[in-house]
Amino acid sequence: MSFSHKHLIDITEYSADDLMLILETAEKFKQVNERRIKQVPTLKGFTVVNMFNEPSTRTRSSFEIAEKRLSANSLNFGGSSTSTVKGESLVDTVETLCAYKIDCIVVRDKHAGVPRKIADVSGVAVIDAGDGKHQHPTQALLDLYSIWEKKGSFDKLHVGVVGDIGHSRVCGSLIPALKIMGCEVTVIAPPTLMPARPDVLGADHVTYNLDEALPELDVVYMLRIQRERFEGAPYPSLREYNQLFGLTRERDRLMKPDALVCHPGPINRGVELDSFMADHPERSVILDQVYAGVLVRMAALYLLLGGSNDGFDA
Amino acid sequence: MALMLKGARLIDPQVGLDEVADILIRDGRIVEIGHDLVMEKGVERDLSGKIIVPGLVDMHVHLREPGFEQKEDIASGTRAAAHGGFTAVCAMPNTSPVIDNALGVEYVKARAAAVGKCRVIVAGACSKGLGGDTLADMGDMRAHGAQAFTDDGRGIQDTGMMRRVMDYAKQFDVPVMVHCQDDALVGDGQVNEGVASTRLGMLGWPAEGEEIEIARDIALARLTGCPLHIQHVTTARGLELVRAAKAEGLPVTCEVTPHHMFLTEDAIGPEYQTALKVNPPLRTAADAAALVAGVADGTVDAIVTDHAPHTAWEKDREFELAPFGMTGLETSLALVLTHLVGAGVIGYDRMVELMAVAPRAILREEPVKLAAGSVADLTVIDPDAAWTVEEGDFLSKAVNSGFIGAELTGRATDTYVAGYATMEDGRIVE
Amino acid sequence: MAQRGQGLFFALRRPSQRLRRRYGRFRLYALSMKKGVCMNDAGTVKSICMDADEIERSLTRIAHQILETNKGAAQIALVGIVTRGDLLAKMLASRIEEIEGVAVPLGALDISFYRDDFMTHFAPEVHSTDIPFDIDGKTVVLVDDILYTGRTIRAALDALMDIGRPAAVQLAVLVDRGHRELPIRADYVGKNVPSSSDENVRLFLKDIDGTSAVEILAMGPGDRAGAAPIQKTGGE
Repeated sequence: MSFSHKHLIDITEYSADDLMLILETAEKFKQVNERRIKQVPTLKGFTVVNMFNEPSTRTRSSFEIAEKRLSANSLNFGGSSTSTVKGESLVDTVETLCAYKIDCIVVRDKHAGVPRKIADVSGVAVIDAGDGKHQHPTQALLDLYSIWEKKGSFDKLHVGVVGDIGHSRVCGSLIPALKIMGCEVTVIAPPTLMPARPDVLGADHVTYNLDEALPELDVVYMLRIQRERFEGAPYPSLREYNQLFGLTRERDRLMKPDALVCHPGPINRGVELDSFMADHPERSVILDQVYAGVLVRMAALYLLLGGSNDGFDA
Repeated sequence: MALMLKGARLIDPQVGLDEVADILIRDGRIVEIGHDLVMEKGVERDLSGKIIVPGLVDMHVHLREPGFEQKEDIASGTRAAAHGGFTAVCAMPNTSPVIDNALGVEYVKARAAAVGKCRVIVAGACSKGLGGDTLADMGDMRAHGAQAFTDDGRGIQDTGMMRRVMDYAKQFDVPVMVHCQDDALVGDGQVNEGVASTRLGMLGWPAEGEEIEIARDIALARLTGCPLHIQHVTTARGLELVRAAKAEGLPVTCEVTPHHMFLTEDAIGPEYQTALKVNPPLRTAADAAALVAGVADGTVDAIVTDHAPHTAWEKDREFELAPFGMTGLETSLALVLTHLVGAGVIGYDRMVELMAVAPRAILREEPVKLAAGSVADLTVIDPDAAWTVEEGDFLSKAVNSGFIGAELTGRATDTYVAGYATMEDGRIVE
Repeated sequence: MAQRGQGLFFALRRPSQRLRRRYGRFRLYALSMKKGVCMNDAGTVKSICMDADEIERSLTRIAHQILETNKGAAQIALVGIVTRGDLLAKMLASRIEEIEGVAVPLGALDISFYRDDFMTHFAPEVHSTDIPFDIDGKTVVLVDDILYTGRTIRAALDALMDIGRPAAVQLAVLVDRGHRELPIRADYVGKNVPSSSDENVRLFLKDIDGTSAVEILAMGPGDRAGAAPIQKTGGE
């Protein structure tokens, strides 16, 4: 088996085998994370820079924990709060970081395409922790892991993605990843929150009616309503959004008995998700997703920094 | 002093000329065209195998001076123009300060006279400071030589203001040239809305954001009677609107750029090449094909470059933060020769109309013909020169071309302005 | 959770084509070894240093030694290092059960995350650590097939210490081939096999390779010393 990727930037460059290997490796890291000592020395001596040019607590924390549990030296570097404000260009910032002799950059940026740019400039391994409205591949991996863990396989799974698809970097990675794994994908949103071409992401079906779609779905993936992304609101009120596209308690009866509810967090309770659904003991995998985030990020760091040698020694 | 250009194929549809002949030039004008001409004293150049056409004009160029000399200045921009085979360019007024008064027009003319390597036709702004709300000093600017008015770089958003601009400009009998962009629709759009915006995860710049203003401005041309020139049309439907306006007999002309004809949104890859960030954005393959068809059928009047130089550091950054625009002066002719003439889409005649005849007519410039008495602004083309576009080959200060690495056939080798060589054998004459 | 996850994992993995592609040739190789010396791309067989009977006898002896040293089976647990040591540990456990009538706790330890040659010899496929009992206070007998540089055992000790705090750790190996690079010594050794560092010593086992033997092989270019690769170990 080989793993020939140096970067995790564009999930569409990964095959089903690649994604499966990451999930399988993540499962091995789950064993580590269940122990009293939740740390292994694998990345001892590696330096990973978390370059978060946009505020992020959850993703950065998750990466930081993953790095520490792999014994990597991690440095948190807030790009926009420091250098960019002083007028330094992205390229100069990255070259400065590289002069520290680092091994990996985990980057979050509000502009699409930045991780690739950093990869080209730096030559070190780059993990996209979310670029603008483009992609967020480790989020897609943790979603896949959570679904795989609960459902056992991706065969014949029908996943519905509900909400702000047009402005979501989560969807930019999640929908292609689900398609790579062979799922059927329906996107459900008001037209004002749909991307121009959902088919380009891989969506099989597009609908504006949540109630009609729900009975078909094995997984209901609720997106966060990103209120900060809009100038003019794309719906009249949060109340109306909740009525038309929120996963309310009343919609429980429309869902398959074993349908799962996912959400990338943080949740707007009462908007896209009622508390009944967010805390549903059988359906909600939201906290499993958070845990899976550490696992898949450990797996990604392990595989990307491990080099491409395909040794067979046991 | 006399100049004899011998043995080239002369092409000029204005006078129905397409044959190998000699040109005799004296005092900046063509004295005689004929076979086996002789002169008593002067410089004689053997141009056999070459093609001579009336000097090319690029009616949409950003020379960036005054104000943005780090990107380009009149000296470097006109050298690039001469290098690309152009004998004249029309400079856009979105400099700093904006060319919205007579002083600005005189400044550009004076710099061009002092350091220019081609003629510089000045376009003045329609509104003060390109603000879109107060009329610029159009009468003053016209009196000092402005040949067109435009707020290029942005559209005038307020329809009432646009009507005022066209109403007022009509008295000067020069065109109002419009960059069609409805800001309410386009917003912070980065790439064509649709496949590209979805794939790249960036805000879309919808075709309709351009078409709505094209339709509006055509309606205002009908209302005001002002000559209207639609800049850089990029969509099939936008071109259809122009076609209908022309059929109706309205005073409407339009232009397209090589990059909108020969590049599409699909070229913007996961590398997010900022050289391909242009405004309006690269559109779909169907749109590009429609532009080419419009060039062939006569709907398109002129081919222009929208030469928009930027420094390397401005472009070498996040796509969404990089400025719009690409250079074009030094690749335009070769692209047209390769992809239109060489590909059999149009002939040399049509190329001359698009790149020399129509731009002068639209800008109310004196025509240049391959005929005795005409001003000797000439472009000499080697139709067989095969070359590769390389950064190091540009004379522009900027290298933000979307065509670096392109393999092209044909280029200008010599450029004459009023009988003086600005480029000879591919080298600028100092 | 871990049990359930594993079930899923292997149900998905078993039909994998890439495993078959990767390991198929070694299985053929193991079968062809019955004829004696042969060639393949993993090297030339130079000699058979333990045959099936010798392996059986060694394991029986080691089982007795473990019981003797530890005064019975009460405090001991066997932990085999994947992917061969865990099979040997299983064989030892069944012998101990035959002798003492006690089923000793049995676990498997994967050391992928503890290797010191992570960058140079990265194997993306990680196996499972499965130690379904508390090792605190136990005397853990680590079991591996071939003891060579000692680096694998160093990694295994680190991994073990991160899992718990055993009262003592002992080491049982089927073959000690010398060339130690670290101060590590086995408590129980099936056979000392002097070898050269340009040779590879490998264990093949009947259950997965078709025959049991310890072979000395000449290393080909690019080969690494180490145990023979195998498909997913039994029980998985």
